[in-house]
Amino acid sequence: MQFMLLFSRQGKLRLQKWYVPLSDKEKKKITRELVQTVLARKPKMCSFLEWRDLKIVYKRYASLYFCCAIEDQDNELITLEIIHRYVELLDKYFGSVCELDIIFNFEKAYFILDEFLLGGEVQETSKKNVLKAIEQADLLQESPKKTLSPIF
Amino acid sequence: MVVPSLKLQDLIEEIRGAKTQAQEREVIQKECAHIRASFRDGDPVHRHRQLAKLLYVHMLGYPAHFGQMECLKLIASSRFTDKRVGYLGAMLLLDERHDAHLLITNSIKNDLSQGIQPVQGLALCTLSTMGSAEMCRDLAPEVEKLLLQPSPYVRKKAILTAVHMIRKVPELSSVFLPPCAQLLHERHHGILLGTITLITELCERSPAALRHFRKVVPQLVQILRTLVTTGYSTEHSISGVSDPFLQVQILRLLRILGRNHEDSSETMNDLLAQVATNTDTSRNAGNAVLFETVLTIMDIRSAAGLRVLAVNILGRFLLNSDRNIRYVALTSLLRLVQSDHSAVQRHRPTVVECLRETDASLSRRALELSLALVNSSNVRAMMQELQAFLESCPPDLRADCASGILLAAERFAPTKRWHIDTILHVLTTAGTHVQDDAVANLTQLIGGAQELHAYSVRRLYNALAENISQQPLVQVAAWCIGEYGDLLLAGNCEEIEPLQVDEEEVLALLEKVLQSHMSLPATRGYALTALMKLSTRLCGDNNRIRQVVSIYGSCLDVELQQRAVEYDTLFRKYDHMRAAILEKMPLVERDGPQADEEAKESKEAAQLSEAAPVPTEPQASQLLDLLDLLDGTSGDVQHPPPLDPSPGGALVHLLDLPCAPPSPAPIPDLKVFEREGVQLNLSFIRPPENPALLLITVTATNFSEGDVTHFICQAAVPKSLQLQLQAPSGNTVPARGGLPITQLFRILNPNKAPLRLKLRLTYNHFHQSVQEIFEVNNLPVESWQ
Repeated sequence: MQFMLLFSRQGKLRLQKWYVPLSDKEKKKITRELVQTVLARKPKMCSFLEWRDLKIVYKRYASLYFCCAIEDQDNELITLEIIHRYVELLDKYFGSVCELDIIFNFEKAYFILDEFLLGGEVQETSKKNVLKAIEQADLLQESPKKTLSPIF
Repeated sequence: MVVPSLKLQDLIEEIRGAKTQAQEREVIQKECAHIRASFRDGDPVHRHRQLAKLLYVHMLGYPAHFGQMECLKLIASSRFTDKRVGYLGAMLLLDERHDAHLLITNSIKNDLSQGIQPVQGLALCTLSTMGSAEMCRDLAPEVEKLLLQPSPYVRKKAILTAVHMIRKVPELSSVFLPPCAQLLHERHHGILLGTITLITELCERSPAALRHFRKVVPQLVQILRTLVTTGYSTEHSISGVSDPFLQVQILRLLRILGRNHEDSSETMNDLLAQVATNTDTSRNAGNAVLFETVLTIMDIRSAAGLRVLAVNILGRFLLNSDRNIRYVALTSLLRLVQSDHSAVQRHRPTVVECLRETDASLSRRALELSLALVNSSNVRAMMQELQAFLESCPPDLRADCASGILLAAERFAPTKRWHIDTILHVLTTAGTHVQDDAVANLTQLIGGAQELHAYSVRRLYNALAENISQQPLVQVAAWCIGEYGDLLLAGNCEEIEPLQVDEEEVLALLEKVLQSHMSLPATRGYALTALMKLSTRLCGDNNRIRQVVSIYGSCLDVELQQRAVEYDTLFRKYDHMRAAILEKMPLVERDGPQADEEAKESKEAAQLSEAAPVPTEPQASQLLDLLDLLDGTSGDVQHPPPLDPSPGGALVHLLDLPCAPPSPAPIPDLKVFEREGVQLNLSFIRPPENPALLLITVTATNFSEGDVTHFICQAAVPKSLQLQLQAPSGNTVPARGGLPITQLFRILNPNKAPLRLKLRLTYNHFHQSVQEIFEVNNLPVESWQ
């Protein structure tokens, strides 16, 4: 995966994870164009589109668009599963997640993503393990003196 | 007095409370000033909170570069809270372009080795997200150590970090290849998944690694088999499918290992069949696995039966109610239509159904696929569907649909009349979207079908009478009426209803075209010439025609004026020659050198209207000697014709026939270039009817893992020869044996001088631009003697 963007129906960015090195200016440009393109899609259209030399996989969950850019040889259908899994993780963590949760706790959203994907690839396929890791990290944050149990 | 800093959530609240953009900016600027001050003062306690706020405003698009150094400080802190935010900041604010990014290398090194797993996790995550090549080189030993640690949490991250490192520094492959064998024995899904991703990356980068890992194919097969048959665990499953992420990754690796390798392909054959038949397809997860299986089957040396199974799965996908599934099916079938044509043909009805899709990206693919499936046995039925589609399709697909129909019609037309009807229909439905050569092609076609002259002119007349706005149609109709006006007036045509047309009506129609503001200058030229020709075809007197001609003698359009003046002169001074000059045009050949034939046979000299755009780089010196062969012979400029079908026809001909003219040549092909899987081949043809002409077809193929794009081939020959490059079929060659680019070179060598050929290639491959200049050696003697 080259990057993942989360944005609202009004085009406001809620999360941006870039797995390729690009300048700030380029990132802004890509974001602007892609957001425009995706928001222009009608509801009945399919979740895939070709944009520049990338494949874009996007899905809307309530008021948030989850948008991933993958390469030519990547499997679009499994990318949909990746997006869905991430939403499930957020949901489990926040308890029935909504856009506001992600706005006010954006760092947590990043931390959760970073336990699921690494360098643009899936690192852990067990929901349980991901959530456990976040839990452990949160604990460590709250009480740094406490010794940690190994996270297997 | 110290003002307590805002909590992150409070700031967010405040920003969201702003009613206007200006207000928001104000709030943010104020807060950023506070944050800056706080950074200056070096407050360690709240630093993490300040950075978090800064990261938030950064996401809104505001500058945050002054936070970069703070990231470093936070990462170096011993508090986990600090590190967490610091590393996040590093990933968001630092990248390889800033020299500052190297400064975190040391912190990462420390964090990697101090054994607290969440901290190690943070460090690895950051390294794999924004680690530059230098950082990767520096930290490779640390990551290597972590690969074999006991904790799966750290190991799985270390493995994926290794993947990133190899992407940045390919030489590190040698470091990370050896541990793979052992890692493949792990049971932990995360480790396994990471390992397979790592092996995939290694194999894609190096043929040696690929060979090395072929020996793990049986092991991979076993892992996947276990996963599919007994690996059901709620922890890793989605909708009853065992760890689809892992399955897909294994299938992808198998694809790479089995490609072009019989033995490996054999080993995986049964397993692929098993997965293809047993995977639950009720939800997307299963379909994702199935899709990957299909891709793998089609890419390796699989048994014929398995390939058919795969294509049938795609056919089933086409019927799926989920349009995403239909989309991937159409895309994949499009890739397979060349190699597995008959298998894909079986699904033609379903494909045609997909033309009715409301989603334009689906209907576009359905269109491409439908066009690829047209053959001589289904052409009539397919054309009906495609023409129906043309009438209702979205505007941006019109042009492609129109040209697709015309191309297919040309290749597979069962009868000439059907062909003419088809073209006529396209011109009436989508006339403004056809390419320039459509006019030339149609006139050529009509000209050649003598038995259909009456039919054609009648139909065109009717079409024109209804609508004079579609320019290509008007042009052809005008030409036709001019040429065959006598047949039009004769009134008898068995093929359509008899229609009594009288001369005045015909002339009025042409005049209407001439005068209409919708007519392009070229169209008017056609109309004027047609009128002129009618002066010899019609029985009545020519006063009306003479009047029109003389009026246009003072037309502002210079081209039209010139014609009118010449025609007028023809009436006045050369009337005795008029009949001969305006005789029916003989049919002009499409292939072969038109130059001589036209000058001799046609009374109207060759003109290269839209034949001009043959693509060429305006390079200095050696390279392109684009000689327009047809140019030199336009001797008789007095009667510039409205049309010359051949030059447009021959040049654009190439766009639909990607190969050289069909006559087989005994001259052997020559491979002239190879680099990283990209090859260039030359094939030679000496047409028997013209000994001075040599046709070379250049074919570029790509068997590597990366696409070739922006491919341009230029050539140069010795001065005594003439070279003309036709337009290439495209400038992209997809990876792994995708559709090649072909290009035709025409070389005239009347003196039989020894042939020398120098080629210059430029293209993009594996994200690098490649330029190669070389002279072709070993050109066969038969190509010039």
